[in-house]
Amino acid sequence: MLDFIVLFLTVGIPLSSALLLAALGETVNQRSGIFNLGCEGVMSMGAFVGMLIPFMVGGAGKVAWYVNVCGLLAAAAVGALMGLLFGVVVIKFGAPQGIAGIGLQLFGTGLAGSFYRHFIGGAQGVAGIDSIRIPFLCDLPVFGKMLFSCNPMVYFAFLMVPVVSYILFKTPWGLRVRACGTMPRAADSMGIDVSRTRYQALAFGSAMAGLAGAYLSLCYAKIFTDTLIGGRGFIAVALVYFGHWSPVGVMGGALLFSLAQALQLAVQAYGFTTFPYEFLVMLPYVLVIVVLVFVGQSKHVGPAMLGKPFNREMRT
Amino acid sequence: MKQFKLVYTAGVIVLSVLLTLVIASLILTVLGANVLDTFWVIFCYPFTSLKNLSGVINIMTPLTIVGVGICVAYRSGIVNIGGEGQMIIGLLCAIVFALGTSLPAPFGLIGTLLVGMAGGALWGALPGLLKARFGVSELLSTVMFNYIATQLYSYCLRVPLLDPAVAGGSGDPQTVKLDTSVWLPRLSEVFQVDKSFRFHTGIFIALLLAVIVFLFMWKTPTGFKMRAAGASDRAARYGGISVSRYLVLAMLISGACCGLAGTVEILGVHHRGLGNCTGGYGFSGIVVALFGGLHPLGVIPAAFFFSVISFGCSALQINKIPVPSNMIDVLQGLVILVIVAAKLIIANPYLMDRAQRRMDALLHRKEAA
Amino acid sequence: MTPEAITSLRIEHITKRFPGIVACSDISLSVGKGEVLALVGENGAGKTTLMNILMGLYTPDEGKIYINNKEVVFKSPSDAFACGIGMVHQQYMLVPNLTVTENIALGMSQMREKGGTLAQRLRRAGRLDLAGVRRHIVAISEHYGLAVDPDAYIWQLSVGEQQRVELVKTLCFGAKFLILDEPTSALTPQETDELIGLLRRMSGELSIIFISHKLAEVKALSSKVAILRGGKLVFRGNTKDHSSADIASLMTGHEVYLPVNQSSRAPGKPMLEVRDLFVRGDRGNMALNKLNLTVRAGEIVGLAGVSGNGQRELAEALTGLRTVESGDILLDGSNLVGKSPKQIIAQGMGYVPEERNVEGIVPSMSIKENLVLKDIGRPPFSTAGIVNNGRIEKNAQSLREKFDIRCSGVQIAAGSLSGGNIQKVILAREISRGPKFLVAVYPIRGLDLGAAEFIHKQLLALRDQGVGILLISEELEEIINLSDRIAVIFKGQIQRTLGQGEATQRKLGMMMAGVKDNEAI
Repeated sequence: MLDFIVLFLTVGIPLSSALLLAALGETVNQRSGIFNLGCEGVMSMGAFVGMLIPFMVGGAGKVAWYVNVCGLLAAAAVGALMGLLFGVVVIKFGAPQGIAGIGLQLFGTGLAGSFYRHFIGGAQGVAGIDSIRIPFLCDLPVFGKMLFSCNPMVYFAFLMVPVVSYILFKTPWGLRVRACGTMPRAADSMGIDVSRTRYQALAFGSAMAGLAGAYLSLCYAKIFTDTLIGGRGFIAVALVYFGHWSPVGVMGGALLFSLAQALQLAVQAYGFTTFPYEFLVMLPYVLVIVVLVFVGQSKHVGPAMLGKPFNREMRT
Repeated sequence: MKQFKLVYTAGVIVLSVLLTLVIASLILTVLGANVLDTFWVIFCYPFTSLKNLSGVINIMTPLTIVGVGICVAYRSGIVNIGGEGQMIIGLLCAIVFALGTSLPAPFGLIGTLLVGMAGGALWGALPGLLKARFGVSELLSTVMFNYIATQLYSYCLRVPLLDPAVAGGSGDPQTVKLDTSVWLPRLSEVFQVDKSFRFHTGIFIALLLAVIVFLFMWKTPTGFKMRAAGASDRAARYGGISVSRYLVLAMLISGACCGLAGTVEILGVHHRGLGNCTGGYGFSGIVVALFGGLHPLGVIPAAFFFSVISFGCSALQINKIPVPSNMIDVLQGLVILVIVAAKLIIANPYLMDRAQRRMDALLHRKEAA
Repeated sequence: MTPEAITSLRIEHITKRFPGIVACSDISLSVGKGEVLALVGENGAGKTTLMNILMGLYTPDEGKIYINNKEVVFKSPSDAFACGIGMVHQQYMLVPNLTVTENIALGMSQMREKGGTLAQRLRRAGRLDLAGVRRHIVAISEHYGLAVDPDAYIWQLSVGEQQRVELVKTLCFGAKFLILDEPTSALTPQETDELIGLLRRMSGELSIIFISHKLAEVKALSSKVAILRGGKLVFRGNTKDHSSADIASLMTGHEVYLPVNQSSRAPGKPMLEVRDLFVRGDRGNMALNKLNLTVRAGEIVGLAGVSGNGQRELAEALTGLRTVESGDILLDGSNLVGKSPKQIIAQGMGYVPEERNVEGIVPSMSIKENLVLKDIGRPPFSTAGIVNNGRIEKNAQSLREKFDIRCSGVQIAAGSLSGGNIQKVILAREISRGPKFLVAVYPIRGLDLGAAEFIHKQLLALRDQGVGILLISEELEEIINLSDRIAVIFKGQIQRTLGQGEATQRKLGMMMAGVKDNEAI
C-alpha cells in the first residue's frame, strides 16, 4: 500500500507543475479582471517554442543547460506576446472575453501544431531538462524520491506560489492589479492606468502559461504532440475559481486535480486492467465540476469586475 | 451622419478582412508555402469539381446544425462551448439505438435522429442546470463535460460496442457498421441526378432546422422571452420572465442541435461509430455562429464559407502544398479574434466619432488646399 | 512631495464633445484662494464632465487650464493630484474589498517621487509601505477632525463613513483644492449639516468647488456661484447677491413647477398590506425586520429613507424578485408570498425599477418589443404560440403618442433613448397593463425637469384612477409633493407614518436618521 501511495505521489507532483504554473498565471490575469480562456492556446505555443530552440541547437541529443534555459525564456516571451495580442482584442476593443478566449485557444493550438510539423516534424523528441537529485536529501526513504529528485521546473513552479502571493498582496503593483479587477473606476480615478495594468497582468500571466507549456514539452513529455496540453489550459482556468483567486488555494487545486489523474496512472501501473481506465481519466473533470458547484455559491470573493471591459468614457 | 456610419462600418469590415489575410499570409510564409497557391487551394479548389463541392456540403451539414444550436444558446445568454461533448453523447445514443432496434425503413432513421437529439439535449441541459441552479460558469463546465463525454465514448467504443472484427487487433476501436436502413442516403441515391452529387441528404435537415429555429426564436413568445433573457437577464427577471428556466431550455435546444449534428454525421458519412468522428465541429460551430451574426439564417452562408475553407485546408497536402491541416484552426481562431474586435469597433460610438472628426479634418484641409 | 499652494485656478474656453452631444461648450471659470465655488445645474448640464476634465479624467477638445497663472495639461488624475487638486466623486471611488489604508496606498503608490537610483526604485516597486501610509492617514484625520478607522474594510463602512474616507484620501494625496461632486446626495439632513460645517472650517485652508443642485446648501456654503445649463455657462456671480429663487430659475431656464398632490379624495380599501415582513439583504443580514405597511386604493404612499435601509429589498420582495423569510404581502386580499414574479405581475402588480437601463428595459431590444415585455405570451400580442407583430406595432404606436415617447421609430433599440424617454417607455408599459398597484422606485432620478413633470403627472393621474402607489425616493421634495401619506423607513422598519400635512423636511430628516420619539422632533 505504501508503495502505491509513493508511486501515486511521485507521479502526481510533477503532473501538477504545469497546471500550477498556468493557474498561477491565470490568477494574476483574473485578479486584474481579465478572464483568459485562451490559456490552452498560449500553453501550446509555449510548449512548441520551448522545445524549438533546444531542438534547433542539438536535435534530439543533449544540449548545454543554457540552451534549455533559452527555450524556457523564449516560451515565456511568446506567452507574454500572445497575452498582449489577446489584450488588444479584449482590453483595447472590449470584446467579450469568453469567446475571444476560444479564438485565442484555436489560434494558439493550431499555430503550434502547424509550426511543429514544419520546423520539427514527425515524432521527434528532445533530451530536455532532467530531474536533479538533491544531494543527501534524495536518499531519504520515501520522501527522497518523492520530493527531492524532481525536475528543477517543478521546484520553480512551487516556488512561484509564495512569489505570486507576495507580488499580489505585498507590492504596489499587486495592489493596483487587485483594484483594477474589483473596481476599475476607482483605480482610474486615482490615476492608475487600468488598461496598462491589465496589459501588464496579462503579459505576466500569459508568460507563466507559456512556461507551463514549455515544462510539458521540455521537462515532462520531452516531445510535442497536438494533444500534449490536453485541456490543461481549461483546467487551469477552472482551478483559479477553485482556489478562490488565491495562489495557495490554486496550489491545493492543482495538487488535488493532479493526484486524481495520478490515481488513474498508478492504478494502471499496478495492473488493475479490468477496471475501465476511462472512468478514472474522467474523475478529475468530474471533480472540477463538483468543486465549481460549491465555489459558485460563494459570491463576493473574486474580482467583482472579472470579464468586464473598462472604458472611462463609456459610463452607464 | 448615417452615411458616415455606413462608410465606417464598411471600412472596418474591409480592414478586418485585410488584416486577417495579411496575418494568414505571414504565417503561410513562415511555413514556407507559396501564399497565392495556398489561398487558391483553400478558396477555389473546393469549387473545381462536383465531387469537391459535395465534400464541402458534407462538412457544411453538421457545421450548420451546430452553428444554429450555438446561436440559440448565445442569444439566450449562455455560451455553449460544449458542442463537442453534446455531439458525442448524441451520436453515442443514436448508435446504441440503431444497433439495438430494427424498425421498418423510415422509422428507424427518424427514431435514430430523435434519440440522437435527446442525447445531446440531455448533455446540454446539465451545464444549463448547473448554471441556473448553482451559478457554475458554463464556459468551464461545458469544457469539462466535453472531456467526460470523450472518455465515456472511447470506453463504449473499446468495450461494449466494439466491433468483434477488430477486437484484439491493432486497429482503432470502432463499432460494427449500422444497418443501411438508418443511413442518410446520398443525394444521387434519392434523386435522378449526376452521380457526382455525392453529398448526403442531411443538408436538407440542416437547412430546415435553421428555418425552424429562426421561426421559433423570432415568431413565438417563448423565443422572444429567451432572447430577452439573453439580452438582459435582469430586465427579463423584472419583466416576470424566469431566466433560469429559459436558460435550461436554451441549453436543451442547443444540445439537441449538437446531438443531431453528431447523429447526422454518423448516419451520413461514417455509418458506424469510430474515434474522433466529431471533426471539431463543436468548436467550429462557434466560429460559424459568430460569423453568421448569431442568426440562424446567417449561419447558413457562414457555414458554407467555413466548409469551403475547411475543405480547402484538408486538401492542401493532396495539392502538394506544405501546410499542415492544422491551418484551419489557425484561420478559425484568427477569424474569431478579428470578428469580436471588429464588432466592438463598429458598435463603439466613441471610436466612430473620433474617426469622423479625423476624416472631417482631413477633408477640410484638402478643401483649404 | 507637497504641491505648492494654489492661489488661483482658471479654466478658459473648455469644450468637450461626446458622440451626439456637446457636454461642455466654451466654459470659463476661475476660483481664487480660500473661495468656495458652487457649480449648479440640472442633471446632464455638464457639471461632472467639467470637473472630470479638471481632474484629468477626460481630455478637453478645446480650452486650457491655468494654475497660478501657469498653463497645465492633465493627462491623468495623477497629474491633477501632483498639482494639488483632488476630487470626491458622487459615487465613491473606493475598492470595497480593500482596507482604508490599502485604498489610500493605492493612489499614493502612483504618486511617490519618480526617479532615483535603481536600488531605490526597486525598493519602491518591491514593497508596499502600508505602515507609512497608515501614519499619514492618522495625521491627516487628526488635523482635520475626520474620524476614520484605517484598518476597516470599505464594505464595512456606512455611506457617511465612506465619504470621510474619500475626504481623507483626497487630503492624503496632498489636495490644496477640493472638488466635491454632489457630496450630500446620499446623506441625511443631519449628516449634511455636519458636512457643511466641516467644509466651512476647511475652506480656511483650501479652495473648494462643489457641485450641487440643492440650493439651501449652495446658499449656506458657497461664496461664488456658477450655473451651467445644457453644457453652457449661463451665470457667474457672488452667492450673497442672489436669492435661491433667482438661482433656481437660471438653473432650469424657465419656471417649472412640479405637480403637487392637492386633492384630498377619500382613499379606498386597503390595496396592499404588508404584515411583519422579514427579508434578507445581499449580505445575508435581515434587511427588512418586521416591516408593516398598508397602502390603500387611490393613494400614494411615499417611502422616505436614506438609501440602504431596506428600500430595495422591499421593492424586490413586493415584486417577487427576492425571497421572503416570513410575513405576508397581501395584494387586494391575496397573498403574494412565495409567488413567482410572473404570477405577481399577472395579479396586477406594476413596477418601475430603480435602475431603469438594466432592470426596466432590455436595452438591445426595440421599443415596441420592450412595451410588450410582460405580455408577449398573451393575446392579443400572441395567439396560439405565434407572435402577432401587427398588434405589437399598433400598441407601440398608440403608446408612443399617448406617453410622448420621443424616438425616430418604435423599431429602434430602447437602450438608445434618453433617460427620460426610457422611463416613459417603462411607465407606458406598466400603466397600459392596467395595474392594481404600482411600485415606483426613484422614478425621476437623473431626469430633466420636463420629463420629471410628465412622470409625476402620470403617477397622480394613476392614483386618481384608484391605483395604489408606493413611491420610493430619496428626494424629500418629491415625496412631500406627491404623497398622500409618508412612511419613513429606517433599518428595515417603518419608523412612523405621517399624513400629508404633518411632514416637513426637517421632521422627515430626523426620522430618517432613526429618531423615533415625537417629542424630540
